[in-house]
Amino acid sequence: MPDRFPVTRLSAIVGTSSSNQEERTRAFEALIAAYWMPVYKYVRIKWNKPSEDARDLTQGFFAEAMAKDFFARYDPSKAKFRTFLRTCLDGFVANENKAAGRKKRGGDAIFFSLDFDGAEEQLRGLKSPVVGAIDDYFEKEFARSVFSLALESFRSQMLQAGKEIHLKLFERYILNNEEDSPKLSYKVLAEEFGISTSDVTNYLAFGRREFRRIILERLHELTASDDEFRREARALLGVTPT
Amino acid sequence: MRWLSDTTVDRLREETDFPDLGNSKYVIAGRLGSGGMGTVYIAEDAELGRKVAVKVMNTVDHSGALAARMMREAQIIALLEHPSIVPIHDVGETNDGRVFYAMKLVHGRRLDESVDTASAADLLRTFQKVCEAVAFAHSRGIIHRDLKPENIMVGPFGEVLVMDWGVAKVLVSQNAKTDREGIRNTSLEDVEFADTLPLDAAPPGETKGGTIIGTPAYMSPEQATGRTELLDERSDVYALGAILFFLLTGRPPAESPVPSTVRAQVSDTRPVRPREIRSAIPKPMEAICLKAMADKQNDRYPGAEELAKDVLSYLDGNPVSAYRENLFEKMGRWLGKNRFLVLLILAYLVMRVLVFFFFGR
Repeated sequence: MPDRFPVTRLSAIVGTSSSNQEERTRAFEALIAAYWMPVYKYVRIKWNKPSEDARDLTQGFFAEAMAKDFFARYDPSKAKFRTFLRTCLDGFVANENKAAGRKKRGGDAIFFSLDFDGAEEQLRGLKSPVVGAIDDYFEKEFARSVFSLALESFRSQMLQAGKEIHLKLFERYILNNEEDSPKLSYKVLAEEFGISTSDVTNYLAFGRREFRRIILERLHELTASDDEFRREARALLGVTPT
Repeated sequence: MRWLSDTTVDRLREETDFPDLGNSKYVIAGRLGSGGMGTVYIAEDAELGRKVAVKVMNTVDHSGALAARMMREAQIIALLEHPSIVPIHDVGETNDGRVFYAMKLVHGRRLDESVDTASAADLLRTFQKVCEAVAFAHSRGIIHRDLKPENIMVGPFGEVLVMDWGVAKVLVSQNAKTDREGIRNTSLEDVEFADTLPLDAAPPGETKGGTIIGTPAYMSPEQATGRTELLDERSDVYALGAILFFLLTGRPPAESPVPSTVRAQVSDTRPVRPREIRSAIPKPMEAICLKAMADKQNDRYPGAEELAKDVLSYLDGNPVSAYRENLFEKMGRWLGKNRFLVLLILAYLVMRVLVFFFFGR
């Protein structure tokens, strides 16, 4: 049942202002995992920063958000969290620009282990947004980030549950058909995996259900209120969770 | 973390959104549109190799109420075999328990999208076909309750399809109707079908008294005020009048949510007349529109058929029942209708005069 999912993840946004240090750290980790890549690309493109500076600014932004409790000020009734985050980010980068002779971060100042080289590789493989489309670009990159995280979780959960064939089938059906090639038919998949067509149907249905559950869980974690969660699910996935 | 391309993200999003139609013969290929109750997808019928539209309920319905309603919509459409009503091919259930039905895939544009490009005469002919389809449904004891330009499709060859029967209502069992009103005899099949539905046509959780269903701008006063017990064919006639208003003026009769209610309560408030928006609209056409949209049910056309007849009369240059012409208007209409004959007579008279002057003297 794709619309019913156990909410095992609490809102990370709410968690950033928790008095429990462990909970707070977990919340920041979740937000950083989802947002660091869009933030990095945004700084590179909107602020036209070279890779080295963008890395520093991305690290610095999250470090400062943690130190100064930026995210605790977020009010879900006023805007989407992403909009709020970008406003904070723009303010942060502008301040950093103003600070003459800014001390370059490095060594001890690096807080998070982030794959900036991977991000650079992605930037090279992607079309740069047209002028004025940076908002859409950030939204798209956020979606990419959420789907990537959900897929990682999906993989590990399927393997843990011993559902290797389900995983392989799901990946073969969806991920291995890159760039406009038509989807493989269930019949072809059945022959390829040596199972019946109805097994293909059932395994894929299970995979879809699980993936959907995971991505909705992830989205729930990245929103501050139930209302925001529903709006995001509708905007990002086109689904209405019950 | 693996980098996902745009295509992969789109496919994952699709997979998250697409319903799993279980072991049915339909394979979802894309999404066409979404409404309050269900989402419509384009799908391939793997057995017959044809494209169909599949409407799937948006959410899992634990109470069964929505499923019953959608099943009911499918049953109602199945009862309405008419060229202007989209036929249902199949009904089924998704793997996660949502009801779906497959229907003919309709190509064309929505009426509200055609209004700027079609000629006035074409729009009126389309409107007349809509009236005929609705009249057919009325003849089967079914009222649509959500007629609006967005629910009407116009095909590339001028074919007209009335869509979205999700909130349609079965008025009374055909037997009861025949007995009470002496309208006509019906087949046993009709009676059996009608009997399977509550007389008040209450899809669970929907049409209980006081519930407002429909689209405000096109709703009759009785519908807008939730007096569901008063709804009948004339409520659809009101909506048809509102559609005609839209076709004539390019905008719905009212943008506010409960215009009819307000009008009903405030006696000195009168609705905007089509000619106040576009003075070029012929008076008989405005009269047809206003009669269909009369606040009181008894002042409207008794059914869509009568409305269709008046529109056809207008198109044929004949008088319409909704408008009493004065002598000049009668002459004007007669002259307009018989333009060719009038020209011939004039030409003949001119000839006679010329002949008289040149040769008669």
